[in-house]
Amino acid sequence: MQKSLHLDPNKCTGCLQCEMACAWENYRSFTVAKSRIKVFTFHREGRFVPYTCTQCDEAWCMTACPVDAIRLDPETGAKIVLEPTCVGCKVCTIACPFGTINYVAQTGKVQKCDLCGGAPACAKACPTGAITYVDSDWTGFGKMRQWAGKTDTNPATV
Amino acid sequence: MRHLIIGSGPAGVVAAETLRKADPAAEITLLCGEAGPPYARMAIPYLLKGEIDEEGTHIRKDADHYARLRIQLVQARAVGLDTALDTALDAAQGQVRLEDGRRLPYDRLLIATGSRPSHEQIPGMDLPGVHSCWTLEDARTILAQARPGTRIVQMGAGFVGCIIMEGLLSRGVELTILVRSGYMVRRMMNPTASGLIRRWCEGKGVRILTHTQPLGISAAEGALRVALPEGRSLPADLYLSVVGVDPNLGFLEGSGIEIGHGILVDATMQSSVPGIYAAGDVAEAADCLTGQRRINAIQPNAVEQGRIAALNMAGLPARFKGGFVFNVLTTLGLMSSSFGEWQGVAGGESTEVLDEARFRYLNLQFEGERLIGANCVGFSDHIGALRGLIEGRVRLGVWKQRLMEDPAQIMQAYLAAGPRVA
Amino acid sequence: MAWTKNVLRVNLETGSCTTEPLNLAWAQDYLGQRGLATKYLVSEIDPKVDPFSPKNKLIFVTGPLTGTMAATGGRYSVVTKGPLTGAIACSNSGGYFGAELKFAGWDMVIFEGASPKPVYLLIQDGKAELVDAAHLWGKTVWETEEMLKRFHQDPQIRVAAIGRAGENRVLYAGIVNDLHRAAGRSGVGAVMGSKNLKAVAVRGTRTDAYTMADPEAFMRATEAGKQVLAANGVTGQGLPTYGTQVLMNVINELGALPTRNHRDIQFEGAQAISGEAMHTKRPTDGKANLVTNGACFGCTIACGRISRMDPSHFSIQDKPQYQGASGGVEYEAAWALGAANGVSDLETLTYANFLCNEDGFDPISFGATVGAAMELYELGLLTKEQVGFELPFGSTEAMVKLAELTARGEGFGKEIGLGSKRLCAKYGRPELSMTVKGQEFPAYDGRGLQGMGLAYATSNRGACHLRGYMVSPEVLGIPVKMEPQATEGKPAMLKAFQDLTAVVDSSGLCLFTTFAWGLSDIQPQIQAACEGDWSEERLLLVGERIWNLEREFNLAAGLTGKDDTLPPRLLKEPAKTGPQKGAVSKLPQMLPEYYRVRGWTPEGVPTAETRTRLGV
Repeated sequence: MQKSLHLDPNKCTGCLQCEMACAWENYRSFTVAKSRIKVFTFHREGRFVPYTCTQCDEAWCMTACPVDAIRLDPETGAKIVLEPTCVGCKVCTIACPFGTINYVAQTGKVQKCDLCGGAPACAKACPTGAITYVDSDWTGFGKMRQWAGKTDTNPATV
Repeated sequence: MRHLIIGSGPAGVVAAETLRKADPAAEITLLCGEAGPPYARMAIPYLLKGEIDEEGTHIRKDADHYARLRIQLVQARAVGLDTALDTALDAAQGQVRLEDGRRLPYDRLLIATGSRPSHEQIPGMDLPGVHSCWTLEDARTILAQARPGTRIVQMGAGFVGCIIMEGLLSRGVELTILVRSGYMVRRMMNPTASGLIRRWCEGKGVRILTHTQPLGISAAEGALRVALPEGRSLPADLYLSVVGVDPNLGFLEGSGIEIGHGILVDATMQSSVPGIYAAGDVAEAADCLTGQRRINAIQPNAVEQGRIAALNMAGLPARFKGGFVFNVLTTLGLMSSSFGEWQGVAGGESTEVLDEARFRYLNLQFEGERLIGANCVGFSDHIGALRGLIEGRVRLGVWKQRLMEDPAQIMQAYLAAGPRVA
Repeated sequence: MAWTKNVLRVNLETGSCTTEPLNLAWAQDYLGQRGLATKYLVSEIDPKVDPFSPKNKLIFVTGPLTGTMAATGGRYSVVTKGPLTGAIACSNSGGYFGAELKFAGWDMVIFEGASPKPVYLLIQDGKAELVDAAHLWGKTVWETEEMLKRFHQDPQIRVAAIGRAGENRVLYAGIVNDLHRAAGRSGVGAVMGSKNLKAVAVRGTRTDAYTMADPEAFMRATEAGKQVLAANGVTGQGLPTYGTQVLMNVINELGALPTRNHRDIQFEGAQAISGEAMHTKRPTDGKANLVTNGACFGCTIACGRISRMDPSHFSIQDKPQYQGASGGVEYEAAWALGAANGVSDLETLTYANFLCNEDGFDPISFGATVGAAMELYELGLLTKEQVGFELPFGSTEAMVKLAELTARGEGFGKEIGLGSKRLCAKYGRPELSMTVKGQEFPAYDGRGLQGMGLAYATSNRGACHLRGYMVSPEVLGIPVKMEPQATEGKPAMLKAFQDLTAVVDSSGLCLFTTFAWGLSDIQPQIQAACEGDWSEERLLLVGERIWNLEREFNLAAGLTGKDDTLPPRLLKEPAKTGPQKGAVSKLPQMLPEYYRVRGWTPEGVPTAETRTRLGV
């Protein structure tokens, strides 16, 4: 069974070890601005919400790419950006309705979570178990909903 | 089943691939209007910049891709369409007439012929040195002629006009842009956003003349002279005409297919003629925000429509949920984007923040507690969430007010309110 | 190298921002952050300068491990000459700001001069500019951060700002970053205010700003360090669960919790304001004060308190800005805003703490000053007319009002903003000021914990628990158990703690790691990050060098060994209750030995031999 990242805001403390691990994996730098997983702070609610690509079945980014620079990794199910092929047109960044593929000015390419080829660095770095890499039969929107239902960041629901 | 697809842009290619997946036994023919493998016009600006070669523009990189999927590529232009309007048959069973006299029969037809550049109606458009910038062939010509010091006059500062500027400037040319209206990219950007883009371009050394429409082009002393109103004129070595695009519909005359601005389609992407579908820039399909049919000439829309059309052609029912217009643009390195009803709607509300000195701008448009449109300049992080919020018709709740106060919180708003997708 | 090797120098008078290379020889001698910035400050300013003079400088500084995966590697410090003490001021903060500064490519930012009008510094990677802040002046820290993020359309911008307290030169105004982390003590925010500098906003996206000397060894060493923190009872459980508030009941039961301006040494309301109380559901709304714990950048401990007040509490009715979650009370704040004044209402403490964060002032000095004012009031030296309202010990209303007035610099809040030393002197009872070198005590009584008394007296920035945390041996038994009332061995132990602390404060790490980490855990992380040989011996020498450099600055500034003392109350008035009943501080017994182990003269001046050995 393929695995997916399971993100649990209830366990997140906002330490950003995941973001550093991601940046380190991909840039050999700790600069969290380059991380593909982001922890969003909901200050008024006192919540930290880690968030990244769920490798949705719809693969909006992949289908929107005009030059076939985003491919499916059959091993992990991840949609991965082939950097040499990406021309930097950014169409995927507006096509992904989850906001999880982003343009990096420094490289002139887009980037997104690629599950580190099956050993996600963020999950390994998370000190609280807020990010785990688990077996999953969830898909696409269903996965998003399951996840989102746990964020509990809308004050109306708090 | 014989599937014929006219047009090898993103809609056509994705349709062909979807058909193969859905109908392993079908015969699939992809009609390519231009020489060479299917390519993406979106990539042309990067070819002009010299960042990629022609292969980098190809929609699929593997040379055997189409053969492997048993998709037959036919290099020819369609000039006409015969439909057998025999409703007793469940297939349309018509044929497409080609430029070279050949006829291609089909059971199911997808028209994905995209757009062609609009033609300026002024004298001199046939002179050497006058080009559009739409096809790979156009790009080759420009690459061959644009050198350091080459004087280029470009008519038009819409989407295409803006994305090719960087490629042109990177070749060291002197660039003058003529804009008929007062605003660049006025179909995507409000005056504030447009003004920022203009000032940015001028800061990079581009000369921009708004409210300026050329009267004609003439050849003089081995160069061109572009005549402007009030007796003014501009010398030019190259004149680029990029004044917008029109759907490629010419060959459909007399076909009986219902046409508005484009081919009118239903939610299965089928036209008024059973068995004939349309997708991409030629299709006029429902807009999910307004409910009205419109042409939505953007890449994500094209591939989605191509996919839906193909599924229906293969007999697998699928419905297009309706798209809406959003686009992203990079003008000499300045990224901007536009979503949905960025002009706002009557009775709606809006909010904006402008950091003029640093070329950053955000404008959000709301209707009730939903986001319906946005303009962004210099803002790139997580902008896809704008699509998610708008297309998902997300009820923002308290996040409406928070976004009114700080529009940059779109991702937080998406995360907080997203689960409540209607 | 773990340094970016770039220093940003901002001349507020001319508005120029210039880049200069970091003095790498100094980095080898002083490591970073606290030590390195002190070296710069000492080299660049006249020690006798008026702290509010444009000739004073203000330095924001990171350490080599700031902005790395080392656990807690997100600290930065602000170093200047402090207005509360006239001594070196060095305040350390967590949050995300420091790491962001590093990602933008800067080890430190040196502000010099004073701006003719309010400005903020905007740093976007290598680009730095001063921007007009007229619209931000008069705004709170919270409003400022919100306005800057909004205007620059970037929620990821990190902001360190002063609130109205800093603008009004409250002598213990701090600099607050990320809404509720603060370079809190000694009035660094007042210096910032005197320079008309409202905020520093930074966004760092560079991936090439610095490197690890040995990346593989660094990842191994930091991973090992994290495991030690996770396995330790204090850092792995106590702090995440209760925060530093884990100490409230412990210190109270031990009889070392200064109460009502140190008149008492145990507080009957301690339980009500403790870490345990923060977890307890309120009868009013059925919710606990504590919402969750939160981490600073890179911190795998996560001791931070995120609290939400009872919306029906009298202090915040009709004030929605305080009804959301924000930074809750840490132990020192809970003590200062509570026990020090006899206030035992957790919600009142939380409110006052919100205001300290919102307008940038140190809850320790503020709370302790209120405690002194309450004593003056009870002695009849301050009247209701002078204050504007009743000011008895234990008054929640008075605490709320004074927090509001002090933030705004209004009414009696102006006098509270002077700190307890000036307040008590003004009303004729200087000995009632519970301070050393003008800075208020934190939450441990020097009679109850003899080592802490010595630590307070000798701290280079005035009374402080973070310069040599003798609570570790005296209460927690780290690294060895020392009886609270014992004096033997404490001067040497304190020196070791002070030197080690100086190293930690100069590295980019949080001092709290030392509940679990010894130097042998920290050394490999520094060694793998930084070029050069960083043996434990050398690091301790660096720490000692820093301590002595600070001392030399203070001496040159006019302080003497006579300032290494405690208020008469601690030296003469015996503790009234509890296990330490009858105790007074035995400072006079310990100080000479401390000077000896420091290699200082009996007057407290480093000897020529010590100076030569340390190269100060």
